[in-house]
Amino acid sequence: MSLSRVLVGVKRVVDYAVKIRVKPDGSGVDKTNVKMSMNPFCEIAVEESVRLKERGLAQEVVAMTIGPSQNMDTIRTALAMGADRGIHVVCDQDLEPLAVSKVFQAVVQKETPQAVILGKQAIDDDCNQTGQMLAGLLDWPQGTFLSKLEVENDALKVTREVDGGLETLNLSIPAVLTCDLRLNEPRYASLPNIMKAKRKPVESIPVADLGVDIKSHLDVLRIEETPKRQGGGKVESVAELVDKLKNEAGVI
Amino acid sequence: MLTGLLRRGSSAMTVFGKRLSGAAASAMKPVYSEVTGDDVDFFRSKLQPGAIVQGTEDLASYNKDWMNQYFGKSKLALRPKTTEEVSQLLRYCNEKRIPVVPQGGNTGLVGGSVPVKDEVIVSMSIMNKILDFDEVSGTITCEAGCVLETLDDYLADKGYRMPLDLGAKGSCQIGGNVATNAGGSRFVRYGSLRNSILGMEFVLADGTIVDTLTSLKKDNTGYDLKQLMIGSEGTLGIITKLTISTPRRLPAVNAALLGLESFEDVTKLLVEAKTSLGEVLSAFEFMDLEAVELGLKHLHGVRDPFESRYKCYVLIETVGSNPTHDGEKLEGFLEKSFEAGTLVDGVIAQDNTQMDSFWALREGLPEALLKEGTQGTLKYDVSLPMKDFYELVTDTRERLSQLPAATVGWGHIGDGNLHLNIAITEKGASELVKAQMDPFLYEWVRSRRGSISAEHGLGLMKAEKIYYTKPKSAVDIMKLIKHALDPNGILNPHKVLPRS
Repeated sequence: MSLSRVLVGVKRVVDYAVKIRVKPDGSGVDKTNVKMSMNPFCEIAVEESVRLKERGLAQEVVAMTIGPSQNMDTIRTALAMGADRGIHVVCDQDLEPLAVSKVFQAVVQKETPQAVILGKQAIDDDCNQTGQMLAGLLDWPQGTFLSKLEVENDALKVTREVDGGLETLNLSIPAVLTCDLRLNEPRYASLPNIMKAKRKPVESIPVADLGVDIKSHLDVLRIEETPKRQGGGKVESVAELVDKLKNEAGVI
Repeated sequence: MLTGLLRRGSSAMTVFGKRLSGAAASAMKPVYSEVTGDDVDFFRSKLQPGAIVQGTEDLASYNKDWMNQYFGKSKLALRPKTTEEVSQLLRYCNEKRIPVVPQGGNTGLVGGSVPVKDEVIVSMSIMNKILDFDEVSGTITCEAGCVLETLDDYLADKGYRMPLDLGAKGSCQIGGNVATNAGGSRFVRYGSLRNSILGMEFVLADGTIVDTLTSLKKDNTGYDLKQLMIGSEGTLGIITKLTISTPRRLPAVNAALLGLESFEDVTKLLVEAKTSLGEVLSAFEFMDLEAVELGLKHLHGVRDPFESRYKCYVLIETVGSNPTHDGEKLEGFLEKSFEAGTLVDGVIAQDNTQMDSFWALREGLPEALLKEGTQGTLKYDVSLPMKDFYELVTDTRERLSQLPAATVGWGHIGDGNLHLNIAITEKGASELVKAQMDPFLYEWVRSRRGSISAEHGLGLMKAEKIYYTKPKSAVDIMKLIKHALDPNGILNPHKVLPRS
């Protein structure tokens, strides 16, 4: 059996390899002139979707992103990796996971995919909520933290990475899936595919057109850098060590 | 005319019609003293505690080079903390005729930074302070022992960067970089260190401190001594401080790894890149198939981004101020070249991690070579005219075809600089391979009017090879200068200049 359509979510975030700086006024992360890239877990989601297609288990892969005009770069990367078409929900404000889930829900209702594949979390907020909330809103089964995905007997057989080890589940279709690190190693975007991607259709939808409530419910009070690591000190003898532990650090 | 004036094998020397006196001429073959307990006491009295290193085990890393090819027998390493200390110890060594080897990060590839016998090692490692930085001009003043990567990280915070980059950046020191006039992978963008060093403080063999530290961009007052020191490989003095002009660190960095079918295509691509990418081109590195296969075989975490293998690979990097503009320029250039058939495959990095993976492959090649060459490695670093560039690799490969040796080529092709490397895989084959390569390689390069050392320097490995690239008239002047600045020959003896 083959999934007729897979919807993949891709988020544009500060590049994983970039050193994050907090704005001096503590209002947020400094993003001026900072390299932005596709969230690494979203890359894994795109890779998995494209592999499903290559194995004949999916017919069409649609990549979706929510964000300002620059998010077109993220869609293009997904298309260059093998997605068939893109949906760019244009939105200039940062959305919380609940709002993101609602936007996805609206698009799912339009596109009727048989699976929504997302990264398990974004590396900027580390929320790890969108997939779960979306499944709740859609009342679909969810398979999160996937390290393996198979399509078997009209169902999705998934292996999840959990605290105790690995858990295998059978999920009925349609379902929401979120991807973990060991699911696959994403491919590079090759030049021929980047060129082909330019001819793939991308639909732009202003977020207001979806009629979704994207109101924020959270207020960020402050953002701080982690305290700088203090240097250690050297001691000359065991007696001195004991003295410091007892009288300075107060731990014994 | 000058060659006629010089008589080989005589104890006197005539250069520019001036005869060097017998004493001076015999200083050409210096007599050195061994280090005594009194000497060590003197050093101990002048240097900080912990600045003296003795004992075979502790000296092991000082005595051997990165390639495990050159092993010294020094019994003493000194780690001065200030220019004054460097001056005092050199003055003393000069008086006592104790030979010294100045040492930075010890990452050199021609055996120039380790002793040949038991010369005293003068390590600059703890002279590693950043002294000053001007936020407007981007001029940094620092001590010679600063590690290149440390300087670059410091500058990154300020929006600037070092004007050079090399694989050894985590260990090499700026003093060593300057003493060897290091090139590296961004030479094609930022040019030679000779243009970036604004000022220098150095100490002569007799302890004289020469302070020409300045941050002026233009200063035409007299002979530019720092240019003499740059590339002198520790034979004319010890560099203690530097003032460096640093470029802005621009935010838009893009990289692509490309597959090509022939070396001709690589040269075509280079010309096209310089035209289409122009001012944003920041690196153009070449690797042949054999090099890439070695890298994929031995390097951890490095994988092949392509489905097929290609004869030639090129790593292109662009750096500019506008990401959209640069991205379009790069994509446009690559598409055009792809459609023209100049390149047959390519991947463009979609994030910094992918970009780092391209560089991990390119910069990991020396390590991969070491791992492959279990019975030895030979490294050659040459400058050649573009049309002859890869022919040297194919000729070498053919010449060594019957021997257990793998020949691989990579290099800064944007600068005409080839790194020809040979990994020897069977015990006992090392001497046979060396015999096939020397003088073959040097003669080959000379016949094409290339340089037998593009950026690595002469060190010990090529100390007798200079005549392949420089005429005797030039070498004679070098010897004159060496004699003038270091009459007792205590600075890095046996290196750089030939005996005859």
